[in-house]
Amino acid sequence: MHELSIALAVVETVEEVAREHGAASVEAVQLRVGQLAGVVPDALRFSLEVAAQGTPLAAAELVIEEVPARALCEGCRTEFAVGTPPRLGCPRCPDAATTVVAGRELEIAAVRLPPAAACPALAASTLGSEGGP
Amino acid sequence: MCRNVDLRQAVLAKNHALADTLRTELAARGVRVVNLLSSPGSGKTELLTLVLRRVRERGVPVAAITADLATENDARRLAASGAPVKQVLTGGLCHLEAEQVRGHLDGWLPDGTRLLFVENVGNLVCPASYDLGETLRIALMSVTEGEDKPVKYPTAFGSAHLVALTKTDLAQAAGFDAAAFTAHLGQVNPGVEVVRTSARTGQGVDTLVKRVLAVCEGAPPHRPVLDARHHAVHPAVPS
Ligand SMILES: Nc1nc2c(ncn2[C@@H]2O[C@H](COP(=O)(O)OP(=O)(O)OP(=O)(O)O)[C@@H](O)[C@H]2O)c(=O)[nH]1
Ligand SMILES: [Mg+2]
Ligand SMILES: [Zn+2]
Ligand SMILES: [Zn+2]
Repeated sequence: MHELSIALAVVETVEEVAREHGAASVEAVQLRVGQLAGVVPDALRFSLEVAAQGTPLAAAELVIEEVPARALCEGCRTEFAVGTPPRLGCPRCPDAATTVVAGRELEIAAVRLPPAAACPALAASTLGSEGGP
Repeated sequence: MCRNVDLRQAVLAKNHALADTLRTELAARGVRVVNLLSSPGSGKTELLTLVLRRVRERGVPVAAITADLATENDARRLAASGAPVKQVLTGGLCHLEAEQVRGHLDGWLPDGTRLLFVENVGNLVCPASYDLGETLRIALMSVTEGEDKPVKYPTAFGSAHLVALTKTDLAQAAGFDAAAFTAHLGQVNPGVEVVRTSARTGQGVDTLVKRVLAVCEGAPPHRPVLDARHHAVHPAVPS
């Protein structure tokens, strides 16, 4: 299933972020999934539960923000809702070029990590010990 | 106090970066990639076999990669064209990623190749999200699949530079409604060109080859509203 590959990519990236910040666990992950991203949020949620097992994300809260698609007409410069099923042409100017301004997101918006004090690596460095490896 | 890391990073950022590298590396070797997307059985292999033959007849060195969950049947069929063909078995993965394409090119892609076709896994959902370093993305749909397919799979049809309508020899028997198809496609990809093809009668094969070669020679492809890449940059959300 597609969403599982996406979930694995999310876990990989968030693990890296946690490592960079010296955190052993992750408290929350906020994702943004656009209507036109080709990803089903419920399937992604399920896949992430599976993919997170045994990783620092295992207990992380998952927030998925769904973003409706919007496009901008380059003719009349009006923004319009793309709707479902999607209609990417301008409702007023049939031949004008348009640009999607929202709804293609498939991104990790933010990651919440536990307090720095809970993290030995960071605590050690702020205490000015001999330094890392 | 918790630490919030404001990331705003595309989930597929790694694939996108690798695809860019691949595109640049291949362009430096004079190679352009054409990515073929469709649902299972729309006729990718059948049409591509004819296209490969025709491109070779024109003296353009061409090669193909075909991806499937299992079996090497498609590679065997494509190889009948005489072009070098590589089968990628995805082992259950429902799409190709740039990393796999790159891995399979190593030590295989013959020097002097100008054109590399990639037949993606038959699937209209996720292959649409993965840039493979292509210059041209062609979405195929056969006349028996239902005229509203483009709006059901907006990411695939909306990100295509060119659309091939396949199996037109069956259009009448299937009661294919061309006007409805055009309207649905126009909804997700305004202005995209449709080439009507049939692997049985050979209709459209020359036109398709011409379009592909033109893009290889530097003609700018159609700009779809939904280009293959997610726009990862967004204004910061006020908090
Ligand atoms: N009548 C007719 N049949 C076709 C045409 N093109 C393909 N077919 C038939 O449709 C079936 C599927 O064709 P393929 O070329 O294998 O389709 P595909 O998209 O490569 O399929 P996957 O790789 O499994 O996703 C085969 O039985 C083909 O013979 C065509 O133009 N006309
Ligand atoms: Mg095939
Ligand atoms: Zn307008
Ligand atoms: Zn997939």
